[in-house]
Amino acid sequence: MSNIKQSLRTLFAYRSALGGLIIILILVGISAYTIFAIPYDEATKLWRAGELYWLNNPRNAMPSWVNLFSFKKMPETIILDTKKPQLGASKALIPVSDKITRIKIEFSFNYEYDDFPSELNLFFNSNFNVSAPQLTIHWVKPNGGSIVLKSFLLSKGEDRYYISNDDRLARELKSTISRKINETIGYDIPITILLFALEDSSILDPSTARVMKGNYKLWIDGIAFEANMNLDVKLVVYGKVYSWAGTDHLRRDLGIALLWGTPIALSFGVIASLSIALIQMFIGAVSAWFGGKIDTIIQRITEVFMVLPFIPILIMISTFYKFNIWILLVVIIVLSMFGGSVKNYRAIFLQIKEFPYIEASRAYGASNFRILTHYLIPKVLPTIIPSIVLSVADFVFLEAALAILGLGDPLAPTWGKIINDAHSNGALYKGLYYWVLEPSLMLAVTSLSFAMLGFALDKIFNPKLREM
Amino acid sequence: MLALREGIVVNASLLNVEGLRKYFEVRRGFFGKREYIRAVDGVSLTLNKGEAISIVGESGCGKTTLGKTILRLYEPTDGRIIFASKNVTHLSWKELKWYRRETGLVQQDPFGALPSFMTVKRILEEPLIIHGVKDRRERDKRVYKALEQVKLTPVEDFIGKYPHMLSGGQQQRLVIARAIILEPKLIIADEPVSMLDASVRIEILKLLQKLQKDYELGIIYITHDLSTTRYFSEKICIMYAGHMVESAETRRILANPLHPYTRALLNVIPDPDPSNRFIIKNVPAGEPPNLLNPPTGCRFNPRCESMMKGICNVKEPPIIEVNRNHYVKCWLYGRT
Repeated sequence: MSNIKQSLRTLFAYRSALGGLIIILILVGISAYTIFAIPYDEATKLWRAGELYWLNNPRNAMPSWVNLFSFKKMPETIILDTKKPQLGASKALIPVSDKITRIKIEFSFNYEYDDFPSELNLFFNSNFNVSAPQLTIHWVKPNGGSIVLKSFLLSKGEDRYYISNDDRLARELKSTISRKINETIGYDIPITILLFALEDSSILDPSTARVMKGNYKLWIDGIAFEANMNLDVKLVVYGKVYSWAGTDHLRRDLGIALLWGTPIALSFGVIASLSIALIQMFIGAVSAWFGGKIDTIIQRITEVFMVLPFIPILIMISTFYKFNIWILLVVIIVLSMFGGSVKNYRAIFLQIKEFPYIEASRAYGASNFRILTHYLIPKVLPTIIPSIVLSVADFVFLEAALAILGLGDPLAPTWGKIINDAHSNGALYKGLYYWVLEPSLMLAVTSLSFAMLGFALDKIFNPKLREM
Repeated sequence: MLALREGIVVNASLLNVEGLRKYFEVRRGFFGKREYIRAVDGVSLTLNKGEAISIVGESGCGKTTLGKTILRLYEPTDGRIIFASKNVTHLSWKELKWYRRETGLVQQDPFGALPSFMTVKRILEEPLIIHGVKDRRERDKRVYKALEQVKLTPVEDFIGKYPHMLSGGQQQRLVIARAIILEPKLIIADEPVSMLDASVRIEILKLLQKLQKDYELGIIYITHDLSTTRYFSEKICIMYAGHMVESAETRRILANPLHPYTRALLNVIPDPDPSNRFIIKNVPAGEPPNLLNPPTGCRFNPRCESMMKGICNVKEPPIIEVNRNHYVKCWLYGRT
């Protein structure tokens, strides 16, 4: 116990080790939280669920914290649902006679943001027997102006009305407003602006269009031709910011992938680095200890593996087989098992092999296997701990690099996969910097922490590097 | 060479080495000719139970190789090793396990002989674990006993330490403790004191001697230093260039050295008398021979003062029993 305390004190004499260890502990904490909060099966299911599952989320929304750094407040998503009793959503189904039901549904919400919403959708869930109810949707602006958005016959079950995609409505509104301000709107104006903007000349340019702040109302009235029917409506006013991480092009919460990226990256890096180092060391020890034919065979295999280009082969394999990330890990371990370090370890073990204590162990009857595992490897193990820690970052980056190239696990939500999605959807051209920045930052912080700890360990284990 | 006493074969001997040879193969380059270093070339010796013998010779004479070959750390090229009436010369690794238990090794460099990453307790436990002492309490008991035997007391102070925390003498005691923990019958001590301070040498030798007396250990003491042997062993064997050139009881050899090489060795023992400090010792000229290509005939002939041309440099001398149990390999004492 006092030994561990002593070693930690030596280690923490280096501030970088302390910093690195703290970051690693935070990452481990995040991993532990993620594994318990969102089980992996659920996470992959959510990640592959497709757009329908995420319909309540805005598309390509920035993380909420961007509002902290800007005077212009970006809108959050507003969801009003008649199924859940809440302020601003009310539903009345009044049976007029045994053949007729009057429908009156009203949503009202305050809109005090400085930017327009990204989209506007209505979702219907109805239950009737014979004839479809007739519905009319009204939109009331804070200044009292009222517009009929649509009149239609509802279809049975699930139905939707994508208000922001209604081209006919857009043309109508555009010409109405143009007439009102006596000027023609010269650009392809989105409905969200038409519905939420101040109706003055500022609307003529998308960069000057301003939000009309205040209380908005959307109400639906209609008639159903039977008594026992039900109808629920959900209004979603999509914002431009979402949660702490934002969303991607499929409306998915990036937070899930960022969180799950942590345990995947950590375990991938640590397992790869540790097992490759141990396997290489074992092979090197076997080669040095047994010598002769075994040595020759191992050395020739090593040379073959050294000549084979690691990354191109890995890329080739991952192109042919879309691997699960853990199979990819095994492939990486197998490909690097006979890496060049085997030769380094062999050289070290050839030296240690001649130490008198090895001869002594043979004299009291230690078996070959015991000498390998109890006498040769423990002698070298402490000195390679720094390089194991340092190379964790290498493997975290390798996995990310493969994912960025589109060769990683297609299912697992990882940091590299986020960057890959961002890249293929032109995130940086569209100004969606958070999409690239967040996973990159996680990658950078992870490798930084292992580098900080590794370099400090290196100084401790290699006294030549120790600062006075 | 079996011990002959009054014409009756007394087979009380613990170890019989007969005509032991150990050649090391060297090949220069991939297609080079195979050559052999003849490190041990036809050595015979006998060790009785509880007896201590010394093997003395200069560095490179093959005495360490002889020790390691007897312990089967090297595969013998030729000859026989008979231990407790069993032939162990060509036993396989598995069959050798009992032999490992019966023998112990004490090396020259105590620090190198101890794994630096193990504690004292672990170091002593290792042989017990290897030889199947599974009961932890039994192991602890034997570790304590071994440490007490080598006087690393109080045991509690040492048991958790790492080798680098011990002094050279303590390290060598630990090495000895490890060698005796399996209660062997034979210990080969390969220059056990040559790396130690002069002040602790005698202590270590006395410790070995006490263990030998107490437990009837057979000890083969390998050294280049004739002066320490007289305190220690009943018998001395002199080695030169892979050959055993003379062997006899200690007092006989010291009183009456027969082989010219033995005489030369005795001659260079430092003399504590200050009045002799200006006398220049007569050291045999030349270097020890190259064992890849040793001189023909007697291997000492190029350096020998009494070399007889035509005999010594032509034919290898036989082993001649000059007095009872005093053997010498030299043409000066007879010809065949």
